[in-house]
Order: sequence, then C-alpha cells, then structure tokens
Amino acid sequence: MENTEVLQMRGICKYFPGVNALQNVDFTLRSGEIHALMGENGAGKSTLIKVLTGVYVKDGGTILIRNNTSAGEEPEFEETHIKSPQDAQNSGISTVYQEIALCPNLTVAENMFIGRSGVFTNWADMNKKAGEILRSLDIPASPKQQLGSCSIAVQQMVAIARAVDMKCRVLILDEPTSSLDEQEVEKLFKLMRDLKKKNVGIIFVTHFLDQVYEVCDRITVLRDGTLVGEYVIEDLPRVQLVSKMLGKDLDDVADIKEGSDVKPVDTTDTPVLEAHNLVSNAGIKPFDFNIYSGEVNGFTGLLGSGRSECVRAIFGADKVLGGTVNIKGKHVRIRKPIDAMKNGIGYLPEDRKLDGIVADLSVRDNIILALQVMKGFFRPFSKAKAEAMAQEYIALLDIKTASSDTPIGQLSGGNQQKVILARWLLTNPDFLILDEPTRGIDIGTKIEIQKLALKLASEGKSVTFISSEIDEMLRTCSRLIVMRDRKVVGELTGDDLTRNKVMATIAGGEET
Amino acid sequence: MKNQISSRKGLKGMSDTNLLLLITIVVFVIMYLMAVAFLGSGFLKPQNFFNILNENASLIILSCGMSLVMITGGIDISVGQLTALVCMSSAVLLDKNGGNVVTSMALALVIGLAFGLVQGTLVAYLEIQPFIVSLAGLFFAKGLTTIVNATQFNVENQEFVKLKNTRIEIPFMGSVNKKGIYIPAYIEIGVIVALLVVILLFVLLRWTRLGRNFYAVGGNAQSARLLGINVKRTRFYAHLLCSVLAAIGGYVYFMHVGSGSPSHADGAEMNAIASSIVGGTMLTGGVGNIIGTFFGVLSLSTIKNIVSSLGLDEAWWTNITVAFMLCLFLLIQSIVLRRKAGAKK
Amino acid sequence: MTPANSLKKKNSIVSKFVALTQKQLFIPVAALLALIIFNLIADPSFFAIKLGHNSDGQPILSGYLITILDYGSELAILAIGMTLVTAASGGQDISVGAAIAIAGSVILKVLCGDNSRPDHMQAPIIVAFLVACVVAMLFGAFNGALVAFFKIQPMVATLILFTAGRSIAAWINNNELPIIAEPEFAYFGTFIPGIPIPTPVFIAIACMIVIFLVLKFTNLGLYSQAVGINPNSSRLNGINPAVVKLITYVILGLCVAVVGLIKVSRISTINYSVIAKDIEMDAILAVALGGNSLGGGKFNMPASIMGAYIIQFLTTTLYKFNVLSSALPAYKAVVVIILVVLSAPVVREKLASSKKSRSSSKSVKEAA
Repeated sequence: MENTEVLQMRGICKYFPGVNALQNVDFTLRSGEIHALMGENGAGKSTLIKVLTGVYVKDGGTILIRNNTSAGEEPEFEETHIKSPQDAQNSGISTVYQEIALCPNLTVAENMFIGRSGVFTNWADMNKKAGEILRSLDIPASPKQQLGSCSIAVQQMVAIARAVDMKCRVLILDEPTSSLDEQEVEKLFKLMRDLKKKNVGIIFVTHFLDQVYEVCDRITVLRDGTLVGEYVIEDLPRVQLVSKMLGKDLDDVADIKEGSDVKPVDTTDTPVLEAHNLVSNAGIKPFDFNIYSGEVNGFTGLLGSGRSECVRAIFGADKVLGGTVNIKGKHVRIRKPIDAMKNGIGYLPEDRKLDGIVADLSVRDNIILALQVMKGFFRPFSKAKAEAMAQEYIALLDIKTASSDTPIGQLSGGNQQKVILARWLLTNPDFLILDEPTRGIDIGTKIEIQKLALKLASEGKSVTFISSEIDEMLRTCSRLIVMRDRKVVGELTGDDLTRNKVMATIAGGEET
Repeated sequence: MKNQISSRKGLKGMSDTNLLLLITIVVFVIMYLMAVAFLGSGFLKPQNFFNILNENASLIILSCGMSLVMITGGIDISVGQLTALVCMSSAVLLDKNGGNVVTSMALALVIGLAFGLVQGTLVAYLEIQPFIVSLAGLFFAKGLTTIVNATQFNVENQEFVKLKNTRIEIPFMGSVNKKGIYIPAYIEIGVIVALLVVILLFVLLRWTRLGRNFYAVGGNAQSARLLGINVKRTRFYAHLLCSVLAAIGGYVYFMHVGSGSPSHADGAEMNAIASSIVGGTMLTGGVGNIIGTFFGVLSLSTIKNIVSSLGLDEAWWTNITVAFMLCLFLLIQSIVLRRKAGAKK
Repeated sequence: MTPANSLKKKNSIVSKFVALTQKQLFIPVAALLALIIFNLIADPSFFAIKLGHNSDGQPILSGYLITILDYGSELAILAIGMTLVTAASGGQDISVGAAIAIAGSVILKVLCGDNSRPDHMQAPIIVAFLVACVVAMLFGAFNGALVAFFKIQPMVATLILFTAGRSIAAWINNNELPIIAEPEFAYFGTFIPGIPIPTPVFIAIACMIVIFLVLKFTNLGLYSQAVGINPNSSRLNGINPAVVKLITYVILGLCVAVVGLIKVSRISTINYSVIAKDIEMDAILAVALGGNSLGGGKFNMPASIMGAYIIQFLTTTLYKFNVLSSALPAYKAVVVIILVVLSAPVVREKLASSKKSRSSSKSVKEAA
C-alpha cells in the first residue's frame, strides 16, 4: 500500500473577534489512511475542517494538495486557495457534515448531484446513477423520493453517498455518526474501509473514542487552537489520548461512581414520579415508569428506539394521549411542559440547538428563562436579581463566557449545555431529565455533567439520564430501562448492569 | 426495507411541489365548472376563457417572476409599480420624445434590468432582507412614475396602436352571435408572450442547473452553499429575472391598456403574490411550480368573474372574495403540509 | 452623542467610531443627525416654531418640527405594535393601513348611527373608541391566529386583510362618508382648546408610557424575543409560543385602533381608499430604521419609536422642498436604501474587519 501524502496544511491560522481559533496548525493526510482529528470542543477541529472545505477563509498558512494527474506521472504538490465549498469540491475534497447539509425539498437523487451537474438536468440519467450508488451502499431510499420524507439516518447516509460518489481524494467525515445507530455506523465503517483500499484519504472527526480505535490509522490532536501532535494509533493508548486532549492527566475517567456518596435507593418509599400506561402521539407504545428519591436511572436503546419520546411524554413535550402520572403519590395531569415544570420536573432536551438554547438571548436570560416562566408572566425578575442568579450559576458550573450579557449562541457547545443545565438547576427540580446531555461536548464537560447527576442524586433529587454511550450510562445509572422498537423491553439493576447484558437486552431475540 | 420504499407512494410520497400543484389544478377545474353551472353557458364559450387570458397576460408574467423569487425564499413587491413605471416611460417615449415601438421596448427592458441589478445586488450580495429592498424599489418606481409624468394619457403613436390592436384569431373556437354572424375567437399578442414565458420558465425550473439551484437555495440556503452552489449568485439571478419579467409584463400591460398612468397596475404585486400562493408556491421557499402559478392566476380571475357576474360589482366584493380565496388556500396548504409532516412521524 | 473628552485620545477615535457603528442606536441617531444637519444648511428656518392662533382663536404651535411630532406620533404608536409583532413572529403585518380604515369606519359608524350626517353624536366618543378597539383587536387576533396556529408566514397571512380591509371598511358604512360636525371629536387629531401642542403627541406619549410599563412589569419582552428566536425551546420552557404571537398581533390591533381614532378625528370623516394609505410601509421602515432585525428575535423599542419620528422627519423635509406628494416615495426610497445598506451586517463587518486587519497584523508582528 503506498502511503503518499495527499494533503498538507501548514501553519494554518484563523481569527475570530476576540479568539484565535487556529494558531499555526499543521495537518498532513496520506492517501489510503483514516485519520482521526481529535480535540475537545473549542479545540479548533471544526474550524480546521471549515478552512479546508472553504466555509471559512484562512487568515494565514498554506494548503498544499497533490495535483490530480493521469496515471504513471508523479503527482506534484500545489498550493491551493480554497475560498468556497465549490473550490474544495473542485480540488477533490468532499465533506459529510455533522448536521445534514442537504436540501429537504429536493429529491434524493438531486441532492446527490446538485452543485456539480451540467447546465441541463437529465433526470432519467441522474436517477439511474443515483439508484446504482444507493443500491451499492445498501441505502433504503428511492432516488425519486423527496429527501425530507426520509429518516434522519437515511438522510445522513445520502450525504455520505454523495460524498463517496464525488471521486474525491480527500473525504472529510465531520461527526457523521452522531445520528446513526450501531448498525448504520457499522455500515459506514465498512464503507470507510472500502474507500481506504481505493487510496482515498479520510479525515474522521468524532467524539466517540471507541470508533476512533476501531477504524483509524492515525490521530492528530488539537487543543485550544494549537497542534498537540500527530500519532500512529498503536502508539497512543486511550488514556494517553484523553490526557493529550484535556492537557492534563485524568484519573477519574474510569469510574466516577465510586467517589461519590450515592446512597442505596429506598424502594419501599413512594416514588417521586410514577407513570402508568403513558402514551404520546410520537409513536411509542404505552409504558410504565417510576423513579425514587435519590435515584439515577436511565433509558437506553438504539437511536430511534423511543428513549427520548418516553421522557418527552413524561415532560409533556409531545402530546400525551393517555395514561396516568402520580407525583409523590398524588395524581397529576401533565399536558404541556409548564404543567411538568410546576410539578418539579426539569427537562434538558436532546437537541441543544433546536430545543435548548435561545441563541440570540444573553446567557443571563437563558439561565433564568425556565424559572421566570414558572414565576409568571406578570412577575418579572428585577435586573439585579436576574444578574445575581446568573452569576451564581456561571461560577457554580464554571461556564466560560465573556459576560452574562453575551448571547448564548457565541459560546462553545459544552458551555451552552452548561447554561441549559443551569437553567434547570435554578428551578430546583425534584426530578431532572437529562436527554443526551453529553452529546457533542468535550470529555471534560462530559465528566462534570455525569458527576453533577450523581451529586444531585446524593442530595435526594431524582435524575433520569439518557445517553448513546452505554459506558456512560453504566457509570451513572443504578437502573436502566431498555427500549427496543418504541417499546420498553426490560429493566436492569444491580449485577445485571454490565455492558454485555445491556447489549443483549437491547438486541433482544436469541441471547448471545 | 423494501416495503418502506413502496409504502411511500401516493400522497405521502408526492413532493410538496407536485401535491400543491395538484390541489391548484383541481380547484381551478371545480371553479370553472361551478362558473359554468351557476352562470350559464357564457362561460363555456372559448372566448370567455381567452378573455381571461387577454386580461391577465401581464399578471401571468409578473406572477411567474414572483414565483421565481419566492422559490428561492425571497419576495419582490416592486413588480406592480415597476409595471406602472414601464407603462409611463414607454408612453412618454412614444408620444413625446419621438420614440418608436422598438426603442420603447428596449427602454422597458433597460428599466427592468436596472431594477433587477440593483435589487439583486442588495439582496444577494449585501444580504438585506428582500422585503425591505423591494419595498424601497416599490417606493422608488412609484415616485419615479409621477416624476416622468404625473397624469394619465393615451398613446397615439400609430405604430404602437397597430400593435396594440393586433388580434390573433383562433380557428374553430369562435361563436355565432344572435344575428347569426360568426365572431372569431382571438387572443392578444401579450398572451403569446405570457405563454412563452410560462413555457420557458417551466423548462428553466425543471431542467436547468440554475432552476434546480433556485429550489435548493430556497429549501436550505446553508446546505446549498455546502453542496457547492453559489447561493449569492443564484439569489441575484432570481431577483434579476423577476425584475426583467416585471418589465416584460409591464410592456404587455402597456400593450393591453395603451396608456400611461401613475395608478396603473396598482396593487399588482399583491395579486401576483396571491396567484403564486394559490398556485402552490410557498413563501418559505423551495416549493412551487410555474404551471401552478399559471393556474393560480386563472383561478383568481375566474372567481373575480364569477363575483362580478353575480351582480356584486361593487369593488369591495371582488377584494373580499380574493382575500377569502387567499385565506382558503393558505389554510389548505397549511393543513395538507402539516398532515403530511404528521404522517411521516 | 460623542463626549468631548473621548476626542482627546486621538488614536482611539477610529476604533471608537467603529465600535459605535456596531451599536443598534447608531443608525437611527446617525440618520437623525444627517437630517438635522441637512436642514440646518439648506434652510435653518425649518426649525422655527411659531405660536399662532387657529380660526377659533385658540393658541396653537406651528412649524415643521410640530408637524413631525404630530404625524410622527401616529407612526410611533404603530411602530410599538409592529416591533412586537416583528420580534415574536419574525414577520410584519402589512394590513395595518387597511385595519386603520376599518377602525376609523367603526368609530364613525358608532358615532353616527344610521344617519351619515347626524347633528349630534349618537354615542359617547369613548364608547365608539372602545368598540373600535374590540373590532381592531379581533382583526388582529384573526391575523395572529393565521400566523400562530396555522403557521402561515405573517406577510402572507396579513395580505388577506390587506386586500379585503378597505372594502370591509367601506361596507361597514355602506360606502357612505359620514361626517361628524361636533368640534369635540376633532380634539383627538388636532388640538384641545387652550393647549398649543397637537393632541396626537400626548396620545403617543401615553402609549409609550404604557408600553414601557408593560415591558417593565411583565415578561412580554422576554417571551416575545424568546419565541421569535427559538419557538421550540420556548415551548419546552413552558411558554406557549402561539399565544405569545397571538398577543402581539392583538396589541398591534389596539395600536391600530388608537391611530384609527386620530386619523378620523383629524378630518372628522373618512376616505376609505386614502386613509392611512401606505402607512404599513412607514411603520415597517420605522422598525427597520431602529436597527431591529425584520427576521424577528431581539428588539429595541425606543429605537423603533425613534425610527418612526425619523421617517416622518424625512417626509416633512421632502415636503418642505416642494416635492410632489406623489413623487415623495422615490426620494424616500433612496434614503431608505442608503440607510439599509449602511446598517447591513455585511457592510458593517467590512467596516469592522478593515479595522481589525490593522490590529491583527500588529499582533502577528509582535508575536514574531
């Protein structure tokens, strides 16, 4: 296998108002390798990718790309100026973004070919080609189908199909797996290995360490906008990778539960919340749920198994169609979020950008929002009081923001998540639902959030935790409710809480 | 997995554009049949249908341009006043400055190009909201029309009057009047122009890269950019085309009325928007169809005809009916699309 | 606007200026200054205010500035509602002109009863006004419901009432033009005997005080901005986005009723096709001139109100220079374009980056 370098980025700099997002970063990609780009949030991974794909224009440095030549000739490096996504495409760089960057109103086939087709569209030809690619990648979509009518996972696969078909020499996968379930991830990995054999250089950005060690050959680590180093995967064990990313040794990655003083849950008590036959319009089967004071439990299952829908039903975020809810033994009706909030329930939603933050509002307004709404329309907090509360939680959760007046949209993902957490902690809920609180945020903050969940439980609160990472669930939860196909299929406690057992329950059917 | 694909046939699998187009055509047919049923066979005469075309040739062109910008997620409310400006300028050129038909047409095109260039640049490259830009365009055209000439006057240029009165007879479609004389059915030149515009734009939107880019930009501009589409240039072309079409539509209007007046085509932009919406274009962008727009214009004018035939010829009834139609269509769109979204879940 | 002491530090002037251009109030203040300077140079008598007497011998102030305050007040009242609607629903209500016609028509209908030329008013003015308020708020609620519950884009939803409004107004009075002869009715749009300042100014101040109190003592501001920025998130925090949107349209309805009263009171009658013609455009421009995004979200109420008076300032300036009233829009459009271009984020960024590239090149040198 010839491992010639296909891409060199030298001394890349990028400034934003008040931030040096990238300082003198070097990055090298060889053909036929899968190269992981790792770093915490705000380390500069996304910025580097966006410089390479022409979304941002770099403020300094050079990008060298090996020239496209006919076979036999020795390709030359050539400095390339990438000023727009189109330039990047023309230079043989194609990208799959974390958020699906396709047009939902066009057909699947069009999404695969738009931006690089001729002046006239030959529909029959395009549909035929698209159909072949979709079939070869085993993607369950029809070329003529409107993209918006596909599931999110299929849309992501279409984005990958588009990138793969572009005869690229550099393929960038920017957190492509965050909306895929395990089977789909496997399919993607198979595809990546195939492309590797065809000498495509792949840049893989992800937060999942397991995935890095499963498919990657090499790792480049960034921290605070600077290069930490480039490593061959065999030379860099996990613990070292994490410490390189964080810039400090981290001994508590392994187990955080032991350190905290979680008391055993008293199940003879009345549950804090007890739901019976609850069902919403989001397509889940009726389910039962309960949680006791001081307990951390969780919903687990594959993406789309209905975990989020269950907690949304409890919180009244989806339309509740039936079932009963008792809070501390008393029957209540929760039809909309405000009812749940008044009953001491807090809900940190799965999609931070879409459902969590109010981007243009200040950090302060974002923190006080839920409490303010509970207090009532006619009783606004004074500015001083709001500021005091905001400052308290900015300090408490170590939220990194220029001031409490900064719009939350300007913060990094992890800090945005902390603001949303602060919002719910401020309402002092008895029962806090954390739906994917650690998705897309850096490891340091992940652990802080996990610890926080356990701390709340030790204070006698109840927490329901949802995460795609089973290890994370095992670390935090003392009871797991397992879901499959929008139905609760099991409940695991005590000694059953092992990775294998959880996986087996999720998979169902014959035990492995 | 296979049945997942096949189950997407029928309404659910239909693209938003086609679904809304279907609704529009069905409604138009029902409405025309209603007109025939309630108002007698007058509506069955082909000439009645041709008259709708003659009356609305200009509006069809304006609406087509409007649909283009609406598909890219923009709007252009200057088209009505641009029509008035084109009429007035051409009229003044023909009768007071010794111009001929060709130079007046050229002038109309230049006006359209100028508006399109400025508005397109402001919207696409300076990223100013299209509503505000075209609002300024509307004001500017409105003011300029009165500056060119403040009062209404009929054009007497022989060449032009000849052109204006040209009627294209349609064979076999005529009718016999009470005295037994055969009256041939006819359309005006403007109708030919309008139909040409409809066909050209339909081809543009369906089979060209630029047309598909319009949909992509309207569907999700951010994504379109990442897919390698030059979003700014696409928006620019949409606004440029819209203004040029408004100028062409303006000249067609001019050929229909044969005069210049500051009050010409007053409120035409609203009629154009309404026609586009009735024709299934969504103001949010990304969804729409020129054929739908064509039927949208026809639907609205049919209902206007019905209202005036009912003897409710006070102006307010027409307005209220158009408003009611608009309301009805918006509700249909809203409900159909929401149900579709719900069914997907 | 610029404190004298800041001028002393020479090197910071440019950066201060650039920082200033980033402020939301920059555009309206700069526009106002430009207009004032222009008028000072062209003809300082523009600013003259005379105390005269009207035909009844009552003292009244007159002058261009008074005209601006007088007519700008109508616009300011509308701008209040339009700002809220823009913030919460991310769109504008283009039916306000037509709705003013309806409100005015309702007032006249109640006051005149069946006779279009009554000798005496058939009902107290306050009753007529309250009825108009209810009607205007109902129409506002209609617009709001289309926007909030049927999720129709505001411009299109209000296009319905825009198209039908003036026809409905004419229909209310059977297309007759009622005239109120009694002088008390004219107080709201002209002068109250003994007070030389036009009444609309007081009405506008009252409205401003009310909206100031409402924004201070309720969460209307927070809610409407949150809903405008992220309706999903707002809902999950217990806000009902649809209701908030609806409320903003109802509030705009109330503003419309107030302006309707002023409008019909000015001339003691109504002209359905002319009353408040194009006022929606001016009201929307006021919001934009205030530096508020027409896409919704954050808003600045004082800036919008200022925007309203600036629009009127511009209109009055143009009238003074004998611009034909029908040609007025052309000049207004030019000014609007200049202002909007200056406030466009792209242009502002260019301004800011030209300054930053200088400082960043400096820092790179230092690092080396």
